[in-house]
Order: sequence, then structure tokens, then C-alpha cells
Amino acid sequence: MSELRELYQEVILDHGKSPRNFGRPEAVTGESHGHNPLCGDTVTIYITVADGVVADIGFEGRGCAISMASASMMTEMLRGKSLDEVQTMFTQFHALVAPSEPACEADFEAPDLDKLIVLAGVREFPMRVKCATLPWHTMKAALDGGSEEVTTE
Amino acid sequence: MNTAPARRVDRPPATTVPFDVDSVRADFPILARTVHGKPLAFLDSGASAQKPRQVIDAIARCYEAEYANIHRGVYELSAKATEAYEGARARVQRFVNARSASEIVFTKGATEAINLVATSWGGTFLKEGDEVVLSVLEHHANIVPWQLLRERTGIVLKVVPVDDSGAFRLDDYEALVGPRTRLVALTHVSNVLGTVLPVTEIVRIAHAHGARVLLDGAQGIVHRSVDVQAMDVDFYCFSGHKLYGPGGIGVLYGKEALLAAMPPYQGGGDMIERVTFERTTFAPPPARFEAGTPPIAAAVGLHAALDYLATLDATAVAAHEHDLLAYATERLRAHNDVRLYGTASEKAAIVSFTMDGVHPHDVGTILDRAGVAVRVGHHCAQPLMDRFGIAGTVRASFGLYNTREDVDRLIGGLDEVREIFG
Repeated sequence: MSELRELYQEVILDHGKSPRNFGRPEAVTGESHGHNPLCGDTVTIYITVADGVVADIGFEGRGCAISMASASMMTEMLRGKSLDEVQTMFTQFHALVAPSEPACEADFEAPDLDKLIVLAGVREFPMRVKCATLPWHTMKAALDGGSEEVTTE
Repeated sequence: MNTAPARRVDRPPATTVPFDVDSVRADFPILARTVHGKPLAFLDSGASAQKPRQVIDAIARCYEAEYANIHRGVYELSAKATEAYEGARARVQRFVNARSASEIVFTKGATEAINLVATSWGGTFLKEGDEVVLSVLEHHANIVPWQLLRERTGIVLKVVPVDDSGAFRLDDYEALVGPRTRLVALTHVSNVLGTVLPVTEIVRIAHAHGARVLLDGAQGIVHRSVDVQAMDVDFYCFSGHKLYGPGGIGVLYGKEALLAAMPPYQGGGDMIERVTFERTTFAPPPARFEAGTPPIAAAVGLHAALDYLATLDATAVAAHEHDLLAYATERLRAHNDVRLYGTASEKAAIVSFTMDGVHPHDVGTILDRAGVAVRVGHHCAQPLMDRFGIAGTVRASFGLYNTREDVDRLIGGLDEVREIFG
């Protein structure tokens, strides 16, 4: 039960139930659609970049508590960040949740990711890592202006 | 819910004993293991069933003592392997009551069987504007091959709806079948809802319009008695691995005259009569459709699985599965936050449900930690999910070896979900 509690922390359940920044911001400079064909979860990320900074970001979609919370918390974290910072956080977030990169754990600089660290519990659930990373990959695609759908596969 | 009809067992062996779930469970070694420190409650037989010791041993014996390639050598081992492979075909013939063993084509699984029919029969005999009737219940394996064929030939796909209980709408089906209908390709039993389709009426209506019938029996063969002659289906296909047999082998049954008129699906060794660079003539069915070295040991394993099933009292097995279905349905219905999908009067031992406010994947993860293995998601049936306006369900599918205790474990796991999701 403890690993489950670690995975489904209050903050994750809260974001899963009441996602922040849900919806399309007004002036969008990039958007991308992500899809996990294995489970059917979908997420669309809308991003507004001005002067090299994420001025606004929002999302829509439906999925499990982990994917919704990950998307919601990501949007909270990224607003106001420079594109360089976004890239760093993207890399760090993968190191946090992807069990294939355990070496990163020791080097992991928690302060940068702040409260995203609650998603670290996903590491113990390899089948669920993609739920957490899909919003991040989709966000990257939105930044890169890609029109192709992002999939987890 | 009606009690499932008994599985037909031709030549019931003398060893038939009353159904005893504990002794059946003892035949499946994997059921003794734990998952996350909990005993395994395996409720995903609809995706792939576990294997009895008899099947595992038969495969080991094949590789240890009787393995060689078939239809090739003049040596003893090759002769033995050929005998074993063709013996498996004859066993399948008896199991589904085909007229002849040459009507039994071994494939990789039900998916390949459907692709074979779509490519070979459909590609040859269906023309632009010809209609193929499917249902909203279909697994992607019985949708996508027809869409691929539609791209090549311009056939038209018609889809029979279900009612809110998940029952096949026979009146809509009857209205959809018309003069342009060339094939009706339907699942025998829904892999998501457990709905059993009314095969007799389906075949009668199709044949009255001169259309052929293919049944996807991936679930049907497991939960219902199948007699292809009595059903009068034109094609029937299933996978070995859902029927307690090994992976990598499946069956396409086709009426002899239909198979005889079909061109090869793949080219290679074992499917030819005579090859020259100018011209090749093909072997008759079933060899025509079995290019390359087949999964010989898997055929032996499938044979062992069918022999194993024949040692069980079919009526008692059906009653046991029906009891599990009724018990699971009753226990799930007792919870206000659980929504059941698939409540047709004729259904097999499969239950699909959602929990209010919790995504199926989160339910599945929490159940897994409780040692309960269920499938969650769209079950390769996205059009059906769309029909009910959901992204996915939690599915518990029952097999020979499941018990009421497994159902209790499932229900207990749902309590843990509520505890976490509050």
C-alpha cells in the first residue's frame, strides 16, 4: 500500500480531480495533440511564447489521474519559464520518472522541479511512466511547432 | 442470464470427472505464484489464458523427444513431427466438428486468420461497392483488415449497432443485409461485454441473401460450444492462447469449397506443388495457406489443450463459469459508484465496468498491487467505447480456474481504490 500511497499522493489526486489551466488560452503560439494508443488517453497542450518565455500554457484532454495531474502540474510549473529552463525541466522530469535512468536519481536537483517531485512515485510503476511523460512530450511538440500527433509508442 | 450451453465433446473420454475447481487450479502452475506479495487472482483470461501443466509438458516433450521439421525429411523424427502436427489438425477438426481436416488451416492466431480471409477471399471475390457487414462490438482485428481491403478494392462497410445492454440488434442487422452484402463478419462473443451473438439467425439471414459468414471466435470458442457444421458458418477463427493453449498458433476453419477457390495468402515452402521460375502451382488447402515452417510445438500444445478440456465435464464447466459471472455481476451491482457495461441476457463470463471518478488505469494499478490482474483500457474495441461514450473500462474475464474468492478479491481491491481516491 505504501508504494500506492506514494503514487497517489493527495496533491496528485487533487490535480487529477481539479486540473489547473484546463482549457485553451486566448493567444496561442503553439499547440500539439498527444495520444497514448495503448489506453486511449489524450492530451492537447496549448502554449503561448513571448520574448523567449512561456507567457501562457493550458491543456485539454482526458486520462487517468497520473496523466491529468502531470499535465496540470506541468502547466503550473512552466508558466513564466524561459525556453532554456523548459528544456532543462523536461530533461530533469524524465530523469525523475523514468526508471531506465536510475543514475540520474543521485544527481537529481530537486529544487528545480519543485513540487513535481511528488510524481517520482511513478518510477515504481513502469507501466504508468508514459502516463506522466505524455503531457511533457506533447508540450515539447507544441513548442517545436510540430503538427504531427505525439504518441507514447 | 441463461446458462451457457454445454461444450460439445465428441467421444467423451473415460477419464471425465466431476468439475472440481481445486483440482483444475492444481493443473495450472502459475496460479501458485504471488504478485506483489499477494496470491494471484488472475482475471484476464480474455486477453490470454494461463496454461495447464499438460500443455506445458506436451510442448517440452515435443522439443525433448519428437522435434524436427515436418513434411520434409524421410527420417524418423520428421515423420513423428509430421504425425504430431497433422494429428493436432485432426484434433481441431473434431473439436469444432469440421467435415474434414483439410478445412482446418493453422495460422498465427485469430488476427492472422481474419487477415487471410480478407486478403485472399476478399481480395479475390469482393469488388467495389460490395458490402461487408460488421458490428460495433468488433475487436480491431475484425475491423482493420476490412478497412485495408476497402482501401484496395472500394468495398463498403456496414456496422450493426448494439442496444444499451450491449445486445446485438438483430432487427437492424436484418435491415442492413441486402443484395450487395457479400460477407457478414462478426464476433461470436464480445471480448469487452461478453455479449453472445445470435449465430443461428445471423447465418440464416446472411445466407438468405447469398452472403458468406465469418465468425471471430477468439472468445466464442472459449465460452461456447462450437459446431461449425451445425452453425453452418463459412469461416470461423480462433487463437490457441485464449483456449489454454500456447501462443503463436490459431485456426481458420473454412468450408472446403471456399478454401479451394482461394489463392495463397503468402508464398513460400510447404504451400507449393511444383515451382519453376516460369510458373508455380500451389498445394491444395490447407497447405496452400501455410507457407513456411509452421509452429509445430505450438500445434502439439494446442492438441494437448483440447485433450485437457475434453477431460473436464463440459456442462459443469459452463455452470461454473456462469456462477462466476452471476456472482461477480451481483457483487458489482451492490456498489453505487460502479457502472456495468454489457448486461445482455445472453452473455459469457466477462464483466466490464467503470468506477465513478476514477480512471480505469488507476483502478487497474491499485488492483494489481492487491494481486488482482484485470485488463483496463479500450480492449482493442475503440468504436465500442465510443458507442458508450467512455475511454475505457475495467474488465474481469473468467476462466476454468477462477473462483468466487477471486471475485471477492476484485471487490476488495475496489475498496482499496475508494480508500485512495476518497
